Amino acid sequence: MALEKITQVGGRGVYVPGDDLDTDRIIPARFMKCITFDGLGEFAFYDARAFAKAEGQTHPLDDQRFTGASILFSGSNFGCGSSREHAPQALYRFGIRAIIAESFAEIFFGNSITLGMPCVVMSSEDIRSVAKLIESDPAAILTLDLTEKKLSIADMDFPLTIAVHAQEALVTGKWDAIADLLEGLDDVRTRAATLPYMAAS
Amino acid sequence: MSQTLLDKVWATHTVRTLPNGATQLLIGTHLIHEVTSPQAFGMLRDLNLKVLYPSRTFATVDHIVPTDERAEPFSDDLADAMIKALRSNCAENGITFFDLPTGKQGIVHIVGPEQGITQPGTTIACGDSHTSTHGAFGAIAFGIGTSQVRDVLATQTMAIHKPKVRRISVHGKLNPGVYAKDVILHIIRKLGVNGGLGYAYEYGGSTFDAFTQEERMTVCNMSIEGGARVGYVNPDETTFEYLKGRPYSPKGADWDAAVIRWKATASDADAHYDDAVTFDAADIAPTVTWGINPGQAIFINENVPFPSEVPEKDRATAEEAIAHMLLKPGAPIKGTKVDVAFLGSCTNGRLSDLQEVARYMKGRKVKSGVKAIVVPGSQGVASVAESMGLAEIFREAGFEWRGAGCSMCLGMNPDKLVGEQLCASSSNRNFKGRQGSPTGRTVLMSPLMVAAAAVSGEISDAREVFDIR
Repeated sequence: MALEKITQVGGRGVYVPGDDLDTDRIIPARFMKCITFDGLGEFAFYDARAFAKAEGQTHPLDDQRFTGASILFSGSNFGCGSSREHAPQALYRFGIRAIIAESFAEIFFGNSITLGMPCVVMSSEDIRSVAKLIESDPAAILTLDLTEKKLSIADMDFPLTIAVHAQEALVTGKWDAIADLLEGLDDVRTRAATLPYMAAS
Repeated sequence: MSQTLLDKVWATHTVRTLPNGATQLLIGTHLIHEVTSPQAFGMLRDLNLKVLYPSRTFATVDHIVPTDERAEPFSDDLADAMIKALRSNCAENGITFFDLPTGKQGIVHIVGPEQGITQPGTTIACGDSHTSTHGAFGAIAFGIGTSQVRDVLATQTMAIHKPKVRRISVHGKLNPGVYAKDVILHIIRKLGVNGGLGYAYEYGGSTFDAFTQEERMTVCNMSIEGGARVGYVNPDETTFEYLKGRPYSPKGADWDAAVIRWKATASDADAHYDDAVTFDAADIAPTVTWGINPGQAIFINENVPFPSEVPEKDRATAEEAIAHMLLKPGAPIKGTKVDVAFLGSCTNGRLSDLQEVARYMKGRKVKSGVKAIVVPGSQGVASVAESMGLAEIFREAGFEWRGAGCSMCLGMNPDKLVGEQLCASSSNRNFKGRQGSPTGRTVLMSPLMVAAAAVSGEISDAREVFDIR
């Protein structure tokens, strides 16, 4: 199960402003009535997009200038709420390949890394600066470099941070833990046998 | 010595350290439901893997089940496909399924404790963020994503980094009319919706010592709303008393040995905490949310804040909240008209919640025009409540008495808000669109405050409505 080594993500950017953008916002629960993740992409931020439309506005994810963008920028505590992997799955299937925010909720962060979708942290000032650059030149190509820990756009570099273990997992192609976990099965059985509530199993 | 419960459970469940520094942690008990498991079973099939410990996985169906017309096939084809998928995945893999006809079905976080599956000193995972509920028993319980559900099914372990521990102490006696729900809403209000990031919350102090097991569950349930993936209370006699005699609890000599073990898993008196916060129970009043995250909360007698009053970093969210909630900054929240009253959920759908409300609802009526529903958290809760006459009290008062499930906590079943309806809700999330209508409005509160809203047709102080002093 060799996985791709994710050292760089390149593409255009889209800025979805707001703090505490929760998982119900990212994928409303009523779209989770499914037994596969296929087709979730079209429901990413569904209500927010529909609301903008009804108000005669355009949500950034529907703005043609940003069509095809693969790097999503947002505020703090992104992905708070539910543990639903449907949220990162919906964004991934929408075409997002990396998320840059001021901070991330823990379960969302882990779920995203397991999909090979980096979640990296930048300061709010830098995020706003990049948002302005994207706004003025939506076709600009951004490069997220996980080894150098920087985001490049035009001739500018912005520093970013990412949890060391997540960075390592992505750049070494170990972002999905299943292979590592399976290698430890003998130890799992040994450990389970020491626990009375599991020993009988 | 000098260890927290988390340290001890981590030590007894560590399989090994993975190359990236994460712990391969043994998950003793795996709970699954219909929403986040079908894709995981699909991944197992794709990888040609089997469930390693089928006897340590327990399933129930909760999110999508209708709470009124429960005959199958369900009128919603997608919901029907989900229950069928869970049924066949469980049968194929030899997993115990507390299915609708068993009389044991219910919300996963109510069924686990009720069956005695949730035990102190254990690790529990479930593809649902409110898994933190089980921490009330001194278990370390995580909400996980679907890929991790796959990991736990295939290896009974997951890769995870050990969290830090913040001790949250609450001392003293709660004032009359103030409940466990108010305690956790207050904690989240004070520490923030992301204040718990990277932490497990250990709740203690004399308020928690005096709490029933079900009150502890209400608090631990909402740990995740404060950003903490894990929340727990050290096990004590209250815990053991609750567990004794339950179907999956140890019996006879095994019980005695288990209690000795369980006592030893509690945090040591001189345990080291990464952080500590203290609250005084007497400072807490009935609390309601005014916004679109659980941290946007005020006491019932406070006014809706002006966005300009909140810290700068929270201002944009406050403005968005005011716009969504259609509330007036500076005005009292009390008196806001209520369309729906929802009593239920994994936060407050247990027997003691229903008992407390029924005690006050006897002889009272739901205000005309308010849709009020009671959704017991499990078939077990429902049947006891019915035999105690609680269902009758609720029906007579004008509440609809429903079948067990997640119901109106989230819009995955027929119970949904319509349009801009405002719901007084005993659930855990007031996110935009959470209750099924994109423009629906949720005000979180304790079960008795929901009853007060139902009776008066507006957000009210239960102490006034029910003359509690």
